[in-house]
Amino acid sequence: MEDNNLVEIKNLKKYYEISRGLFKSKLIVKAVDDISFSIRTGETFALVGESGCGKSTTGKTLLRLTDATAGEVKYKGENILSLPYDKVRSLRSELQMVFQDPYASLNPKMTIKQILMEPLRVHNKFTPEERMQKIVDILEIVGLSKAHLNRYPSEFSGGQRQRIGIARAVILNPDFIVADEPVSALDVSVQSQVINLLLRLQKEFGLTYLFISHDLSVVEHMTDRVAVMYLGKIVETAATEELFADPKHPYTQALISAVPVSHPSEERERIVLTGDVPNPANPPSGCSFHTRCPFAMDICKTIEPKLKQVGNDHIASCHLYTEHKEEKEDAIIHS
Amino acid sequence: MNATEVMDDQINKKTSKVKNFFRKLSRSWTGMLGFGIIVLLLFLSIFGEWIAPYDPMDAPLSKGLLPPMTDGHILGTDQLGRDILSRIIVGARVSVIIGVATAVLAGLIGTIVGVIAGYFRGWVDVVLMRIVDVTLSFPFILLVLVINAIIGTGLTNIIISLAVAGWVIFARVIRSEVLALREKEFITAAIATGVSKFEILVRHILPNIFTPIIILASLQIGTYIIAEASVSFLGFGVQPPEPAWGNMLNEGKDYIFSSWWLITFPGIAIIITALGVNFFGDWLRDTLDPDLKGE
Repeated sequence: MEDNNLVEIKNLKKYYEISRGLFKSKLIVKAVDDISFSIRTGETFALVGESGCGKSTTGKTLLRLTDATAGEVKYKGENILSLPYDKVRSLRSELQMVFQDPYASLNPKMTIKQILMEPLRVHNKFTPEERMQKIVDILEIVGLSKAHLNRYPSEFSGGQRQRIGIARAVILNPDFIVADEPVSALDVSVQSQVINLLLRLQKEFGLTYLFISHDLSVVEHMTDRVAVMYLGKIVETAATEELFADPKHPYTQALISAVPVSHPSEERERIVLTGDVPNPANPPSGCSFHTRCPFAMDICKTIEPKLKQVGNDHIASCHLYTEHKEEKEDAIIHS
Repeated sequence: MNATEVMDDQINKKTSKVKNFFRKLSRSWTGMLGFGIIVLLLFLSIFGEWIAPYDPMDAPLSKGLLPPMTDGHILGTDQLGRDILSRIIVGARVSVIIGVATAVLAGLIGTIVGVIAGYFRGWVDVVLMRIVDVTLSFPFILLVLVINAIIGTGLTNIIISLAVAGWVIFARVIRSEVLALREKEFITAAIATGVSKFEILVRHILPNIFTPIIILASLQIGTYIIAEASVSFLGFGVQPPEPAWGNMLNEGKDYIFSSWWLITFPGIAIIITALGVNFFGDWLRDTLDPDLKGE
């Protein structure tokens, strides 16, 4: 199993310091707090959670777009976080990213040709004629044509722009792509096209995805495994099917119950969470979810639960699955 | 699409850009007026010597202080008998050269400083911006006079003085533009592609601050023209007998009660010029700034 992992993240932490003035102590926001997971070659691994839970930060940190506070990111067995920066730069041809906002992620002053030429030029791949051919090929693969080469991003729709962003990410033939909410800025009608494009490219080029999203129906449709994040921590990891069929963590259960049902006659018990997400600068003690958890017990307020095996390839961090049986039954009765 | 078609496409784009410019200009009468004044100024500064009815340096003392519309002197003559209209026409060149050259020089220095401060931040930013703050805390004209007093008068020196006092405005604006730009997602995308810091600066940052530079420069030209006139009026800057609007005011001020036309017409020339340049700059800002969408 171990050898199968393309990317391994161990104890990754990313803290932000916020200074509150000269005489006050600095505030530390734990955007990503000690998370570990691994992504297997060829799979689509999803990172889901509410906005502000640290999923985008995780994606950026593991590509070294921001510096991690601590931890390891192993890519093909090598710790990216400790590599010197020019090594990282040359590694970038294998690790790519698709961004959330197609209106912000393309330089408005560059033509499509220049945008797609840039990765090839930077990594010094192919001869000039081959580059041109490659650009035309990739444009056709993502569903645009060479007539678009000399146009500017402002002349395209959101879906088309996202295709250009995807073309830029795959033109170097990378192994691993971080897709940071690639469809959340698009119309629903365009979302499925872009998702299908991503799936097709995965088959064609043997890509491995880290798919960051808050849209669970998209995650269910296209990913193999899912990690659920809450306030900078991973609370549950499982195979997608299993997670949607049998969510263990109360937060995951609440999330999944919020996905719209696909048929009006279908019924689902809806778990409505009360309260807001706590301030990440001042997280609750014990289990960070206890303030909103319908099953919260006394122990949750003091002791932080550890990630625990709760099924085949399925881990969750919740006291419901630790030893405190009596309390647990109490909690379930009271809820 | 074959090669010639691509070429045609590009040529069409060029001509349509020019058309587009005039179409947008025709929607604003202030923009058109400003553009007209600028075209007239450029024309005068290039062909002024041939258009001027008299030699601006020729001083027949017997014809001194003629009022306007006498003896073929449309705007009259000054105390030395020099034709005022001719001096205004030829003096346009000084104003245009100083306005444009200062804007280019100040824009260049300011852009370099602003980009460095905004892009690299840290202590470089702090040091550069404190220099800007100190420079801005002096009144502009006073600073120009001090520098001018140190390095001496003359056309080149007045340009240098104005630029040394004026680059700070560019540095401020460009720095804030760069600060906003470097947080944009396409910059992150370039980093994720593996583009080097220098290339990001040249290929991604600079093309995107070009528009604000142009807008700011066009608005600053008016300021520099007025500043040059002020400095020349105070006796620094362009020295007589070389005709410049500022030193015409200076020479005419002694006759302000007896011969009003000596200072009135150069003054009107300065006002019209500054107004025209500002009208055009405002129009440019209104047209370019709201939609910074490509091209």
